[in-house]
Amino acid sequence: MTELSNPVPQGKSTSQMQDVWGQFRKHKGAMLGAGFLAFITLAVLFGPYVWTLDPQRIDYRARDLRPIYMALFDASAKVSWAHPFGTDQLGRDGVSNMLAGGRASMAVGWAAMLLTMLIGTSIGVIAGFFRRLDGPLMRLTDLFLSLPILPLLLVAVTLFRQPLSSNFGPEGGMFILIVGIIGITSWMPTARIVRGDVLALKEREFVLAARSIGTTNRNLITRHILPNVLSPILVSATLGLATAIITESALSFLGVGFPSDFPTWGKMLADAVPRMENFPERVLLPGLAISLTVLAVNYMGDGLRDALDPRIRGR
Amino acid sequence: MLTYTIRRLVLSVPTLLFISLAIFLLLELAPGDPMAQVPLTVPPEVKEKMREALGLGEPIPVRYYKWLVQFFWVEPQVLIDHLFDTKLAWHFAPVPADMSATLLNTLTEKGLIKETSAGLEMLVKDQRVISWQTRSPVMDIVVQRLPQTIWVVGTAYIVGILIALPIGIYSAYRQYSIFDQSGTFITMIGFSVPPFFTGPLLIVIFAVHLGWLPSVYDTIHVVTDWESFKFQFRQMILPVMVLALQTTAQISRYMRASMLDNLNQDYVRTARAKGLSEAVVVMVHVLRNSMIPVVTVIALGMPAIFGGAIITEVIFKVNGIGQLLITALFANDLPMVLTLTFIFAIMIVIFNLIADVLYGVLDPRIRYE
Amino acid sequence: MKIRALLLGAIACTALAPVAMAERGSDGTIKIIYWQAPSILNPYLSGGTKDIDASAIVIEPLARYDDSGAIVPYLVDEVPTVGNGGVSADLKSITWKLTAGLKWSDGTPLTSADVKFTADYCMDPEGGCASLSFFDGVTSVETLDDLTVKVTFKEAKPNPYGPFVGGQSPIIQQAQFENCMGAKAPECTEANFGPIGTGPFTVKEFRPNDVIQYVANPNYRDPNKPAFAAVTFKGGGDATGAGRSVLETGEFDYAWNLQLAPDVIAKMEAAGKGTAIVGFGPLVERIEMNMTDPSPSLDADTRATVAAPHPFLTDINVRKALSMAIDRELLVEVGYGKAGKVACDLVPSPPNYAADNDFCKVQDIAGANALLEGAGWVKGSDGIRAKDGVRISITYATSTNAVRQDFQALIKQWWGEIGVETELRNINASVFFGGDPGSPDTFQKFYTDVEMYANTFSGTDPQQYLAAYRCGNEPKPSSQWQGENINRFCDPAYDALIDKLGRTGDIAERGAIAIEMNNMLTKDSYTIVPLVHRGRVSAIVNTLGGYKMNVWDSEMWNIADWHRK
Repeated sequence: MTELSNPVPQGKSTSQMQDVWGQFRKHKGAMLGAGFLAFITLAVLFGPYVWTLDPQRIDYRARDLRPIYMALFDASAKVSWAHPFGTDQLGRDGVSNMLAGGRASMAVGWAAMLLTMLIGTSIGVIAGFFRRLDGPLMRLTDLFLSLPILPLLLVAVTLFRQPLSSNFGPEGGMFILIVGIIGITSWMPTARIVRGDVLALKEREFVLAARSIGTTNRNLITRHILPNVLSPILVSATLGLATAIITESALSFLGVGFPSDFPTWGKMLADAVPRMENFPERVLLPGLAISLTVLAVNYMGDGLRDALDPRIRGR
Repeated sequence: MLTYTIRRLVLSVPTLLFISLAIFLLLELAPGDPMAQVPLTVPPEVKEKMREALGLGEPIPVRYYKWLVQFFWVEPQVLIDHLFDTKLAWHFAPVPADMSATLLNTLTEKGLIKETSAGLEMLVKDQRVISWQTRSPVMDIVVQRLPQTIWVVGTAYIVGILIALPIGIYSAYRQYSIFDQSGTFITMIGFSVPPFFTGPLLIVIFAVHLGWLPSVYDTIHVVTDWESFKFQFRQMILPVMVLALQTTAQISRYMRASMLDNLNQDYVRTARAKGLSEAVVVMVHVLRNSMIPVVTVIALGMPAIFGGAIITEVIFKVNGIGQLLITALFANDLPMVLTLTFIFAIMIVIFNLIADVLYGVLDPRIRYE
Repeated sequence: MKIRALLLGAIACTALAPVAMAERGSDGTIKIIYWQAPSILNPYLSGGTKDIDASAIVIEPLARYDDSGAIVPYLVDEVPTVGNGGVSADLKSITWKLTAGLKWSDGTPLTSADVKFTADYCMDPEGGCASLSFFDGVTSVETLDDLTVKVTFKEAKPNPYGPFVGGQSPIIQQAQFENCMGAKAPECTEANFGPIGTGPFTVKEFRPNDVIQYVANPNYRDPNKPAFAAVTFKGGGDATGAGRSVLETGEFDYAWNLQLAPDVIAKMEAAGKGTAIVGFGPLVERIEMNMTDPSPSLDADTRATVAAPHPFLTDINVRKALSMAIDRELLVEVGYGKAGKVACDLVPSPPNYAADNDFCKVQDIAGANALLEGAGWVKGSDGIRAKDGVRISITYATSTNAVRQDFQALIKQWWGEIGVETELRNINASVFFGGDPGSPDTFQKFYTDVEMYANTFSGTDPQQYLAAYRCGNEPKPSSQWQGENINRFCDPAYDALIDKLGRTGDIAERGAIAIEMNNMLTKDSYTIVPLVHRGRVSAIVNTLGGYKMNVWDSEMWNIADWHRK
């Protein structure tokens, strides 16, 4: 509605951004989430330069150390300031593994989530908007929904591992492969939901009005449809980030994921499950890291949605 | 609406055929060998013979055609035979020359032998879809597995929805209240913790330390009276808890988001202005409109009930469809994997159709023609 | 109805028993858990350990190996030997005499025709029998009378106990399987899921890949056995869950093959409900050295074949140094605890064939460095040793498995200390151990420099196992990558010993030859680098009596003797 009153696009966009930011700042949870996310991102990006222990270094004499806080409850616990988060059964350092694992998990989570949202939203919008494409695209969605992920991954690994790892190195190749597989096997719910909303929106008065004054399809989609389907997309995105991190861990768990000497949070969690009674921290630390990240993204999504909704922003 | 439904149903046939071909080719391309689980002590040439006995020597189009015939033609006949005691899925074949006399006698007694101009012929069963691991018809095992999967996964789904909807509605209605905040926190943690962690955690707490609940699901248990029902209830608690946590987290998030969208719409203000009670506004007007995307999510999740829950079924040894699929995958039992994923695909197509029809019912603005 | 009849039968039998030490069926139900679920009860169509064990409760061979590895009679009065005339002097035939009066569980008598039928069933060219190698070299199986069977071999067989001995070749009933020969084998679902046997239990219900219920066999030969009235055989889940259900919650009485880290098992045992029992067979976890070049730059017909020798692993000093750098004591401690021993031999048991080498027991990083230095492999600026432009950079593959990944990490570190670069790779077991010639990741293709896995042999005789390393028996494109000589080892002297072993009947002499062959592969050439002699761990609850761990045969071999304490 505001865009009609102000036809100059240049000035409007900055003021809108300021509005959005102003509203976003009011949302405590969102700020907290954004802060935490920034912290985690910085930690995994720059942490390894501060805490320089190699995550793969095995120090067998210092194995099975407990995290430093255990000394508070149990004076006889094996702890060492050299390893504040303790060490695993081979004596690999907990802190550096958390940092390295976080790097991989965050990268996989974000990349896969963005890819999922990109594919899902485009297909959903196109299917909902263009009636002729609806049928074929939804049948395509059915096809992907029924594809078994595990054999698909095995096929992809066999077909593409060699060329990808020669171009991007073993870890880089695997990264692209896993992100790609998670992306192309998890966009379908988003597409379905977006399509449903678009179908409903398309018949709404403001869209009809916009269409009647000759707005091109492209503008119709980007200005009128997309902003109105943002909230289901954001919900899908927050769930998508969690799903991507967990799917990656399940894949590593099944032995089709990253190489064994390449830690991720999900993989650390999966590996530690049999020992969770003796060493609860080994499941708690990566588990908490995943949960808090997902929570932070979720709150940020909430704040963003509120900030982007002109009806709420006005209040 | 009806014509739309019929048209979609007709269109789904080529779609399903295409899906079956895609899955078949995918499985064919995937590396792996049904003999991988046979110990290394069995020599390779013996393994090669075993592979030939499975029909692996035949070219790919022949195998795909055979599977199509078996799945779409023979299996339905077997079902009819089973229900009405007919003999549709049987055919006559020449009696092998080296058959022993005693066997011939018993077969004749059973009325399975007839004499034709070409010589003796006997009635034999049509070839069904045969699993490579068990050498038995795939569909029989699927039927055997369905009850426990539907019991456990289905119950978990219903429990999850029943918890999720009120949480989602109330969270949205009282946005940013303590209830909303804690609800968000708990559901997101529930969603971000994988079942391979929650499952063993619950077992350690409730089965090992407290000793209240069993850690292994008894698939042969039959409910006949109150005592056996109590046992069934107890053994279902842990797997249902793990699964419902995931469902609740997901659906309550969608419910909340959808409610929030609608609560700010103009029609809500209008309804309130008309003097409608708050309960009517929220529970009738807003809820009905908010249910549209949520119904999609719920309907799209339904096939997963029949697909089972792989990790949870394995952890609690529920041994339903999910466990069947994962063991078949690891054993490279292609006919089993193909049939299971294809049944899954049929479910998905059907529930997608249901979701679309529900859209039309719930939202009169959507027009199908 | 059927159960009732069986129970009545069981009661009738126990009533007739003269002295009831422990009555048949007096101890209720025993619950067994296998984390791999049995998919069929016909071991001839599967070959998987889980299926062999589940069927061993029902069907029995003529004789089997006991817990010490000795052959004991089951359906015969005595095991035929040259001494008692059962085996002919030229070692070309063996004659089995069935015990008189044995009955199948359906009450019909067991005859020599059933034994002959079993051989025909397995040797049918279209059947795809998993135990075919047990019938290797058999020219004929004849029935001399109702209770006597004579097996004739093409050439002298120093070890004639292949057919009808051990869990892999039990006797099946002719009347039941008659119509299931060859290509029709898979159609007989009913027979494959519920074989009629002579064993202590019969199948009541079989649910593939899920659960099996057995009840005591009313016609079992010992009227007082089995002590249990029924068996519930549950499958599925994972090793941790199976161990927990026996050792921590006591829901099950026996759990099979707990492949878990030692500290995890110790923690479970601490609950006090049961114990983990270890038995050592000939299973050895080893590193295999690739004698051929797996470089991806080679074309498909030469890559990893004898046409392209390996650039640096063909140097014995490199192989020896790689072996010296490994601390096997630590590997055992990390991965297997009491279920493992340091192994320097390919054949670590039975005692007659074990070389008992100890050259590898102590890690020697300095020695390995010196050895490489002396052989001209010098460290470059990146710390990696090289000679004539060839860097020692190794790709190291194994199957996906927590313990193996720990081993990989440790060994990578040790090899790093002697200037060897290592890239780790782990591959899904169903691909790695599968024989798919289209996959680049199978252990036969060996498209890496070294690979790690465990292998063993069935029974107590390593002849076939050692014969695998014959020149020309390597996997290669022309054989569809089938073949057992994984390392592509080739030594004419070794081949001569294979032939000599095949001709030798004297047990002590056979041991000496086998030890010599073992040393040629390990101590003298470092082609195979053994790491750990692995035991099998099973868990039983404290109230289960009569259990004897058996690594030479199915662990269910003496289930008739199991009882409640």
